[in-house]
Amino acid sequence: MIVCLAAVGLALASALAAAALSRFERLAFRAGTLGVLAACAIAFAGALLALLGGEARTEPLPWELPFGAVVVGIDPLSAFFVLCASAVSFLAALHGLRSCDPARGGGLRRAARFAALSALTVAALLAVPLARDGILFLVAWEGMTIASWLLVGHDEERPAARRAAMTYLIASHAGAAALYVLFALLARHAGGYGFEAIGGWAARAGPGAAGVAGTAFALAVAGFGTKAAFFPLHLWAPDAYPAAPAPAAAILSGALSKMGIYGIARVLLLLVPAGAAPAPWWGVLLLLVGAATAVAGALNALARRDLPRLVAYSSVENLGIVALGLGLGLLGRAAGLPLVAYLGFAGALLHVLNHGLMKSLLFLLAGDVTAAAGTRTLDRMGGLARRLPGTAAAFLVGAVAISGLPPGNGFVSEWMIVTAGLRGAGALPPGLAAAAVLAVVALALAGGLAGAAFVKAYGTAFLGQPRAEPGAAARDPGGAARAAVWLAAGLCVLLGVAPALAVVLPGRAAAALAGAGPEIAAQATGFGRVTLLAAILLALAATLFWLRARLLRGRDVRRGPVWGCGYEALSPRVQYTATGFPEPLTGPLGAAVPRSVDRAGPDGYFPGAAHYHDRMADAAGERVVVPLVRRFVAALGRVRVFQAGRLQLYLLYVLATLVLLLAWELVISP
Amino acid sequence: MNALRPLDALLHAALLLVLPPLLPGVVARVKAIVAGRRGPPLLQPYRDLARLVRKGAVYGEGTSWVFRAGPVISLATALAAGLLLPLHARVAPLLFPGDVVAFAALLGLGRFFTVAAALDTGSAFEGMGASREASFGALAEPVLLLVLTLLCVAVGQAGFSEVLEPGKADAAVFTHPVLVVAAAALFVVLLSENSRIPVDDPNTHLELTMIHEVMVLDHSGPDLAFIEYGAAVKLFLFAALLTHLVLPFPAGGPAGAGVLLAGTLAVAVAVGLVESLMARLPLRRVPQLLMSAGALAALGLAVILQRGP
Repeated sequence: MIVCLAAVGLALASALAAAALSRFERLAFRAGTLGVLAACAIAFAGALLALLGGEARTEPLPWELPFGAVVVGIDPLSAFFVLCASAVSFLAALHGLRSCDPARGGGLRRAARFAALSALTVAALLAVPLARDGILFLVAWEGMTIASWLLVGHDEERPAARRAAMTYLIASHAGAAALYVLFALLARHAGGYGFEAIGGWAARAGPGAAGVAGTAFALAVAGFGTKAAFFPLHLWAPDAYPAAPAPAAAILSGALSKMGIYGIARVLLLLVPAGAAPAPWWGVLLLLVGAATAVAGALNALARRDLPRLVAYSSVENLGIVALGLGLGLLGRAAGLPLVAYLGFAGALLHVLNHGLMKSLLFLLAGDVTAAAGTRTLDRMGGLARRLPGTAAAFLVGAVAISGLPPGNGFVSEWMIVTAGLRGAGALPPGLAAAAVLAVVALALAGGLAGAAFVKAYGTAFLGQPRAEPGAAARDPGGAARAAVWLAAGLCVLLGVAPALAVVLPGRAAAALAGAGPEIAAQATGFGRVTLLAAILLALAATLFWLRARLLRGRDVRRGPVWGCGYEALSPRVQYTATGFPEPLTGPLGAAVPRSVDRAGPDGYFPGAAHYHDRMADAAGERVVVPLVRRFVAALGRVRVFQAGRLQLYLLYVLATLVLLLAWELVISP
Repeated sequence: MNALRPLDALLHAALLLVLPPLLPGVVARVKAIVAGRRGPPLLQPYRDLARLVRKGAVYGEGTSWVFRAGPVISLATALAAGLLLPLHARVAPLLFPGDVVAFAALLGLGRFFTVAAALDTGSAFEGMGASREASFGALAEPVLLLVLTLLCVAVGQAGFSEVLEPGKADAAVFTHPVLVVAAAALFVVLLSENSRIPVDDPNTHLELTMIHEVMVLDHSGPDLAFIEYGAAVKLFLFAALLTHLVLPFPAGGPAGAGVLLAGTLAVAVAVGLVESLMARLPLRRVPQLLMSAGALAALGLAVILQRGP
């Protein structure tokens, strides 16, 4: 724990150093980024040791907070999230060391500010899981939100970035409001904001507090779900991630949004003491939310042609998958099926790690690609694999992994969650079993859609013919950026091929969430078989490659024109675009991705100018959230009569208040 | 859960490698007979494969290694998936909880690379096929998993080997009659995943109407052989799964192989009959077909959940 706290301190110090040195931009950038790298390495080591040693301790520090206390602690759940956050932040900072370097024309002015903000975000990110007091937790949480808000709005000269940052800030605070209520509610019943007090109260109160616990859980899903971008509270995410610079987007999506999952898991640990069971509706709620989030996210990702936005929507999808795992775990715990509960929770937590790795990989690569191609639109890319072979290969690894396909790491966690669903469907009472089946089907649908989305992204960006000529400077980034990308890709493959290595990390935390002892992990089998299957698959592929080379040796192997139905003058413009590719699905399922089209011509015998623009919206936003917000703002407008801008009126308010207070003192109070 | 004996494992591998090309031959023969022709010999697919592997290859201009990886990965994934599914015995060589998920994911990986290889050509036709394959595949996957869930729920297990061994003596359908709807839904998925009428027409000569065939237009020689063989393996796997649902299997050995052969051939005949007697659906109706299959499986699930496992 001391090690992790030291890492928080180091990150904070490097943020201050970068800010203090801001006049020497290069130096400040180096100081901030290297400080983050060191802090992440230290935090990773500390968290890994704590995880393997099963460390669990809580310590008050000799500082005071208004209403709260500075109590920090570590347990397997905290350590696991510190591990995930530090791994993702390390990869992002490593990439940023080159891609955001002001001297290399990384495209970032004000590099010092960027480094300072990144370091601040990372410090808060590592601190959140260590807090053991509601007030301290909220302080760290708000620090994380505000630092990351400034990161989202870093390119402030772009209106889209400013807008995205504002949306993010508003959404975060709407979510945080639920958290304030949550902790106030718990503190009122537990008699204090300390997590130990809250946990003790829940253990004492038992089933008598089911109403309060249920309200608290619903508040946690709403508040933390906003950070995790659960449907329909996800609208900020597809704007915010692409607006931020690539390394910041990796941290935001790969680590920061996962703190929402940490929050839900922490609240569960507090509210459901060992030996108790949550109400079944908790699990059903998370399953419904998760299913909607996963499918809506995947469908939106498939429809998009803006590469960073596509990747951002895929984050929404994956957080939905995590929610499905948590929901299955809760159902298993509610029904007294420890194996189902363990598989669900362990799958969800492992997916947090896996998604952190593959999503930071994909966001970093998306940054490289957009910088090289000079555009974010897939419809103007194509054939980039020739110019950026390393980037293309790494993107392929990420695309396979995030589609939940073996031998990527995404497959392992999705396999665990689906197995929990299959076991649950066979053993739960009918109504809950139907919810488990829903989880399985939603996962399969989301997985299929994500596969389609990423084969589209990979295919239209890297394969085929260039739709527009990329700049002459378009080539693989080198140095630290390449190291970060290949480290992430290597980890994705390693954890996919050898899942037994990965599953020990969330094992204890998942067992605690499942309300079982750590020995439950031994009942979740099949990891060796997954390794064997991956080995067989790779061996088969290698054999077939060899066989074909052997067969073709000495034979006539030529290059010829691609078949165009006899039409020889094929041009890159006839290729399928990222907009056209998902058309067979966005037709029948188009309600989720409404599209407004503005077109004119060409018509008549002498067609003149013609244009076609279409804009894709998000159904949840267009149809639900935006109208609600409009109505809310309109309602607030009615309150505005009080603020009429007339001094006389304000003086009248002062007088009325004084009279009321006097009346209170003299008449009512005694 | 008992493991496969070594001899049965060898027989499994042999069946997986040798039998598949027989099925497209049977389908073609059935279609020819219904149409009043004599049709090609039953073993014609084997001859086609032998001819293709003896040829050289032409690769499209501008294609990369992804184009060459497509056929290899699609065949490798189909064969690997074949190790997860029980064939002539009631257990598979590779069995673990949740292997049904791995089965679906392996087929998904094969599709991913087939689609990527098609996009690598930069041809509008192949892009069209890729778009359709990716879209319909994304819809077929949940239906397949729904069917597999139905199987798992019926016996309260999470893997193929336990699922396909319900009553020791009977086929799954006899122990759990509601699995008839699973079989029906699985047959629809089989037709869709294997590019058969009413979803796709393997014999069409018009690129605009193709799905699978148009994606592989530019492959030739051994690559085309890998693709054809991989497609046959995939058809064989779905037919074997369907057979296990409907026919009682002995514990393994030659008798099991006989049941498997009879069952898969019957499925091939059924596919041939469907191909002869039905017209293709318009492409925009394909999602509806898959969703109805999903609804069918969901209905079966509702029944079985209501009754309790």
